Amino acid sequence: MLTLASNLGFARSQMAFTLGFHIILASLGVALPAMMLIANYRGLRHDDADALRLARRWSQAVAVTFAVGAVTGTVLSFEFGLLWPAFTGRFGQVFGVLFAIEGVFFFLEAIFIAIYIFGWKYLSPWTHFWSGVPVVISGLGGAFSVVAVNSWMNQPQGFSPTSGTVTSVEPWKVIFNPAVPYEVPHMILAAYLVTGFIVASIYAVGMLQGRRDRIHRLGLLIPLTVACIATPIQFAVGDTAARAIAKDQPVKFAAMECVQKTSTHVTEYIYGRCTSNGVKGGLGIPGFDSFLVGWSTSTQVTGLDSVPSDDRPPANTMLHWAFDTMVGICTVLIALGAWLGFAWWRKRDIPQTKWFLRACAVSGAAAVVALECGWIITEVGRQPWIVYNVMRTSDAVTQANGVWITFTLVLLIYTALAAALIITLRTMSRRWRSDGLDDEVPYGPDTGAPPAVVGSSR
Amino acid sequence: MYAVFGGADFGAGFWSLLAGGGERGRRPRELIDWALGPVWEANHVWLIFVFVVLWTGFPSAFEAIFSTLFIPLSLAAFGIVLRGAGFAFQHSARTARGRALATTVFGASSVLTPFFMGAVVGAIAGGRVPVGNAAGDAVTSWANTLSLVTGALFVATGAYLASVFLVHDARRAGTPDLERYFGNRALAAAVVTGVLAAVNLVVLHRDARAVYDGLTSDGLALVLLSLVCGVAVLVLLRRGTRRGTRVLAAGAVVAVIWGWAIAQHPYILPPSLKISDAAAPSTTLKAVLIVFGVAVLVVLPALGLLFTLVQRNLVEETPAPAQGGAAR
Repeated sequence: MLTLASNLGFARSQMAFTLGFHIILASLGVALPAMMLIANYRGLRHDDADALRLARRWSQAVAVTFAVGAVTGTVLSFEFGLLWPAFTGRFGQVFGVLFAIEGVFFFLEAIFIAIYIFGWKYLSPWTHFWSGVPVVISGLGGAFSVVAVNSWMNQPQGFSPTSGTVTSVEPWKVIFNPAVPYEVPHMILAAYLVTGFIVASIYAVGMLQGRRDRIHRLGLLIPLTVACIATPIQFAVGDTAARAIAKDQPVKFAAMECVQKTSTHVTEYIYGRCTSNGVKGGLGIPGFDSFLVGWSTSTQVTGLDSVPSDDRPPANTMLHWAFDTMVGICTVLIALGAWLGFAWWRKRDIPQTKWFLRACAVSGAAAVVALECGWIITEVGRQPWIVYNVMRTSDAVTQANGVWITFTLVLLIYTALAAALIITLRTMSRRWRSDGLDDEVPYGPDTGAPPAVVGSSR
Repeated sequence: MYAVFGGADFGAGFWSLLAGGGERGRRPRELIDWALGPVWEANHVWLIFVFVVLWTGFPSAFEAIFSTLFIPLSLAAFGIVLRGAGFAFQHSARTARGRALATTVFGASSVLTPFFMGAVVGAIAGGRVPVGNAAGDAVTSWANTLSLVTGALFVATGAYLASVFLVHDARRAGTPDLERYFGNRALAAAVVTGVLAAVNLVVLHRDARAVYDGLTSDGLALVLLSLVCGVAVLVLLRRGTRRGTRVLAAGAVVAVIWGWAIAQHPYILPPSLKISDAAAPSTTLKAVLIVFGVAVLVVLPALGLLFTLVQRNLVEETPAPAQGGAAR
């Protein structure tokens, strides 16, 4: 019993870690090509050499992050079998078709990224630009497919019977389950705002260190504009999502808002500690939680007491803090966007004060924190279920021994991977700055002398 | 598809590892980098497809395989992670020592992963993966003669495919010395692969009689086809002709895979789980086939475009090695 219990703990920890790591790379994979194409478009349309240079550099960054992201994504595929074989064994035939679709999108992405990145020198400018467009579209398609699987885990439908071996599946119902309309846009917007703020923060740091050339300005403004447009939309989508969860997964909502008893006029708490006797500490706004759920303080909010304690998510305080942190960061980022918008409207320039650049410099890390908080909420909040109200996580885990070994190895290898990735990106950027040449790239366009090839058809 | 493209990819890593250190190994490695650069990621997406089709179409088999064979599959997964990282970073390492480390990691994991995948296949064929969540033995299921020989066979097959493909790539780069280098290795690999395949048959006869019988009856035509293709490649290489060697080498591998499937039929997990019992409902199977159909329509042309651009040197990553023997 003890071995099994710790197996589950290690499996959960390993899954959480590998997913949390991968989601950052996946976000970059989805949105960075879009930024790259925006810069490319600007460069071609307005004859802007700096923008073209940015596009070229960003394509090199895309190459490396895509490669590492593909690896971490492969690990997740393995984990569907290595960590949760009973889940996949029972429901693989239900949600699997979505992964098949994702596979197609990912394959297309890999192919066109290769063509775009390695074809800088040889394809004509506009042909080259258009070869990048399938990458963006495939990124959206892949995001839809994978998030639809997670949506299905939260709102399972399209299969029968609900207990025992599945004998009948309706793929359309699986693909277009009720959580898709809010989970999918929420993640896609998240990818764009996380990528936008990460890239902007890198150039903001450069500007704070005195590098005020046009490349840095453009490198700040393109991603920042995208992110500042995405963030308020994300806030609205998130609000819709929370309301939908209150209806469709009331226990998850109750856990993240620390609602113990089903009641009306429920107080909204900002932070605070969740206990069985209510929330201790924190800032309470009476009736506001009910208001947020149903636009009236007399809206009934389901409490944790509506289900036996075995069916409630663990770590309610962590869930609650994750939710408040995610919303809080989004709010602050909206303010940052408003600040930029105001300055732009007034004098077509970024705010002059160093505080603006400092805020941008931390916005990347803040956006990542918000992203991870969001995933904590949706995954931990769904516990103890792996398929909401249908299959428990404890029934899904592998009976093989040794998950603690793979977890330890994963921690070590991923740490090395992260370090290598950051070092590689920094080395690349230092080379760009020092020689002004965009050559000698790891896994990227080569601007060195063309190879001495005999008889090539060119 | 995964066997051919992924296998060749792994095999290239094998040769990279064996190329030797320092100056001697530099030129072959340059060719390997040049050839693999634009296509290695696309080569490995096939693995994801294999997993997805397995867990969508035959989920109970997937559960049994991944739980009983937790150890070799975890090791294969680590191999893939290290391999991807090694390849992506071997150019960006700042010191020569760092570069050498990344290249060694890439090469070593290129041997590890196909070996353990082969061990998994051997375990399945040997009837050591029962239905259920980790119902088989965690170690003896894959640490036995059949599984280990199959693992070695997978490594040899990858090396064989890679060397044949690299002969072609050496031609494309205009480096006759590397053509000879990989040509010799292709011959050696073909012989080793043939020997291991024969050993595998012997072990199958002793250990998994049903599969052996399947290979020598229903699957015999394909086994013979594989043999013919393999010999044809040997002959063509000996004669110095390059035309058709890649197709024949790939054909040899594909024939054996289909032969294996037919030999195991109707079992997906011999001796207990039949394909029909493990299969998903027809709506799912239909949906997967439709997605597969769309994939063929959409992905194959795109893949063709990529390979064409690469073969015409319109798309490349690092420069090809300089003309034969030029000191740099």
